Formats: sequence, structure tokens, C-alpha cells
Amino acid sequence: MSVPADAYVVLSAILFFIGIVGVIARRNPLIQLMAIELLFNSANLALVAFARVWGANVGHIFVFLVVTVAAAEAAIGLAIVAIVFRRTTFVDVDEVATLKG
Amino acid sequence: MIGFAVLALLLIASAIFTVTARKPVYSVVGLLVNFVALAATYLTLQAEFLAVIQIVVYSGAILILFVFVIALLSSGTKAFDIGPDRMPRVVWPALLFGIVGAGGIAIAAVRSVIVPQVVAGQAGQAGVFGSVADFGNALFLQNLLPFEVTAFILMVAVIGVVLLAGDEIPPSRRPRRRRESIAPREPIAR
Repeated sequence: MSVPADAYVVLSAILFFIGIVGVIARRNPLIQLMAIELLFNSANLALVAFARVWGANVGHIFVFLVVTVAAAEAAIGLAIVAIVFRRTTFVDVDEVATLKG
Repeated sequence: MIGFAVLALLLIASAIFTVTARKPVYSVVGLLVNFVALAATYLTLQAEFLAVIQIVVYSGAILILFVFVIALLSSGTKAFDIGPDRMPRVVWPALLFGIVGAGGIAIAAVRSVIVPQVVAGQAGQAGVFGSVADFGNALFLQNLLPFEVTAFILMVAVIGVVLLAGDEIPPSRRPRRRRESIAPREPIAR
């Protein structure tokens, strides 16, 4: 294995930043949710790299948990998007400001 | 090394495409490439079961859910696409923070030299690190409680989705006074 684990961690950080840019910059809720999936995936990549470094598969269990949470998050987030779209026909996240005090 | 470089370039390019795509459907395609490349990266890290999970759960379930919702929301008359409006304002601070953060991580990683352990044995063999048998042992023998918590999380998600999306009462059984509250409201003014 010639690739050092640092390379995986730096790659994970780069993917995380791209995902954060997606969450902040886009106003389409679906693309924001997809950027959140990117964030989950970058965290998973770091966990798998660390598990490989230490030779302990507890990191894999963590990734399993994160995948489950990501699936639940996607299901609930998409349900919220669908129901808000059905009630208010918004296309822009900034238009949904009902909870703003 | 070359394989890792190709995978890293593919991951970064598809992630940037996902974030900057004009329509959500293009983002889904970029995300699909990203997930498959990430599964291949897991294979280079000896996480075979997680690579399969990545393909099945992410590419198979979550992306299909996204495509379904996009199809559902785009079925009306109004097109469901918004340009990257805030992008010009966000890109330069994000690039600054990204370069600083990645540089810091790189410096920290170079200082603490982590030598990857070489795990003996052929990939795919039973009992080897990352194989399905190894993962199953770790999951069911040593980490049974997290597994149960996983089941609980999924159950909560299912109940939440049903409660959120299932409030549409068919018109024949709908009480008369609730009809106004369910009708679509005007778009909220900014």
C-alpha cells in the first residue's frame, strides 16, 4: 500500500469543503440535501481510512451507523421538501421563512 | 498510487459538478459518479463490505429517492430549477477557508507520521480485515447495541416520514372544516 493515509484525510477534507459550499451557496433544497450527502460521505472516507491505518474495524461500524443516519436524514428531508412544496409551492429556500422570528 | 490519483480527481470533479449543476437531475448524475468512485476508494482501503453497502444503499436507495422527489416536484407547470445565486459571494471565502483548512490538515498529517499497517492475507478471505465475516463479527458480537440503535433510528425515520407526508386525507373522508386548512396557501412573501 503505497498511498499514505494522509492523502485520504486531505481528500476527505476537500470533499467536505465542497459539500459545505454546496449547502451554503445553493438555494435549491434538493441540491442542498445532496451536498449534505457529500458531507456524510467525506466523513465516512476519513473513518474508513483511519480504520485501515489502525487495523481495527470499529471505524467500519461507525460508517455503518453514519450510512443509516444518512438514509434516515434523506428520507425525512425529502419528505419535508415534498410537503412544503405541496403546501406553498416554493422553489427557493429563502422563501420559506415562516419560522423566522 | 495512480489509481488513487484517478479516484481522487474523479471524486473532486464529480463533487464540484454536483454542487454547481444547474438542475437537480444533473446533480444526481454527478452524485452517482461520486458514490461509485467512493465505493472504489473503499475497496482500496480494504473495506469490501462497506463498498457494497455504499453502492446498494446510496446509489440504489437514496439516489432513487432523490430522483423520485425531483420527478414528483417537477411534474407541475413550474420548472424546478434555480441558478446558483449565492455562489459568487460564497466561493472566495470558501476557497480561502478550504485552502487554509486543507493546508493545516496536511501539515498536521506530515508532522505525525502514520505508517499504514500492512494486514497480511488475501483480500476477500474469511477473517481478514474488512471482509464480510470480519465486519459481521465486529457488528454482531462486539457492537450489538449500535446495531440495535441503527434499527431504532430507521424505525423513527419511517414513523416521521409517515407522519410528515401522510396527512393528505382523501376528499371523500375529509371533514368539511379542514378543507380550507389543507388547500395550498399563497407563496410566503419575503
